[in-house]
Amino acid sequence: MEIPYTVEAHPETGLNNGKIGIWLFLTSEVMLFGALFATFIMLRIGSDGNWAAMQAEAELNIPLATVNTAVLIASSLTMVMAWASLMRGQLGRFKLFGWLTVGCGGIFLVIKYFEYTAKFDHHHYPESSTFLAIYFAMTGLHALHVIGGMAWNAYFTGPGSKVFHTNRQWLTDRVEHSGLFWHFVDLVWIFLFPVFYLL
Amino acid sequence: MSEHVDIDKQVRIYFLVFGALMVGTAATVGAYYLDVSVPVALTIGLFIASVKASLVACFFMHLIDEKKIIYWTLALTVAFFIALMALPILTSVTDQVGDFAEVEAHEPH
Repeated sequence: MEIPYTVEAHPETGLNNGKIGIWLFLTSEVMLFGALFATFIMLRIGSDGNWAAMQAEAELNIPLATVNTAVLIASSLTMVMAWASLMRGQLGRFKLFGWLTVGCGGIFLVIKYFEYTAKFDHHHYPESSTFLAIYFAMTGLHALHVIGGMAWNAYFTGPGSKVFHTNRQWLTDRVEHSGLFWHFVDLVWIFLFPVFYLL
Repeated sequence: MSEHVDIDKQVRIYFLVFGALMVGTAATVGAYYLDVSVPVALTIGLFIASVKASLVACFFMHLIDEKKIIYWTLALTVAFFIALMALPILTSVTDQVGDFAEVEAHEPH
């Protein structure tokens, strides 16, 4: 049985179902991270002025986090360039930018690994303070999203790219959808970075 | 061919947005070292983050040129998101009002 409207636009929505699906998924993600941001606000308001002390005690590494922010922004550029390459019909460039995106995700995780191990070396764990609890919860969940996005992109850049020769539009649309997810992950980090490290 | 020209134009915009995001990141870090009060620092930091997020959403996620159904879906999400953010703030205000009323009740008349 053929699944309808995977490439052609649905007459009711004007979009293919994959795009509607990814946007609905992203709205649920907004609420997931929104709940955690709301928790963050509640913890900060209820900290009776101890927040700055807890934040200072956590000794977060601002230069490393700044590099990570730049890496993730660069990965958003390579992601959108991968999609643009497919729109131009350039498979080789698509693969180059696709793997660069996956690579940037890898660099982000390696830097995050160094940040986390530095915390553990100083016996800073989630149970150490309210600040560290929400820090590990939110950045950990974000890191899981990075891993998911890397797997998704790696599939379409690797084995999934074979479809280019038989159904190029299908592949272009799927890469656009995975790009939407990847940019969302970047967008969440754009808020996590100042909220935890700078404010 | 016209599709190629459009993509070329978009690619130029992507690079401009990338540059703006990098400048925004530098500005966020720079603002951290400014000697300002916490509320001002919060306002500056969140304002820059919002501008950066808008750039990502509008250009990288193509929201600047999207179908109405996506806009309506996101508008609904934004409404629920605002309600979600308002909950802790309202709870805090309610607690403070409750504390105030309790103090008043215990004060000798």
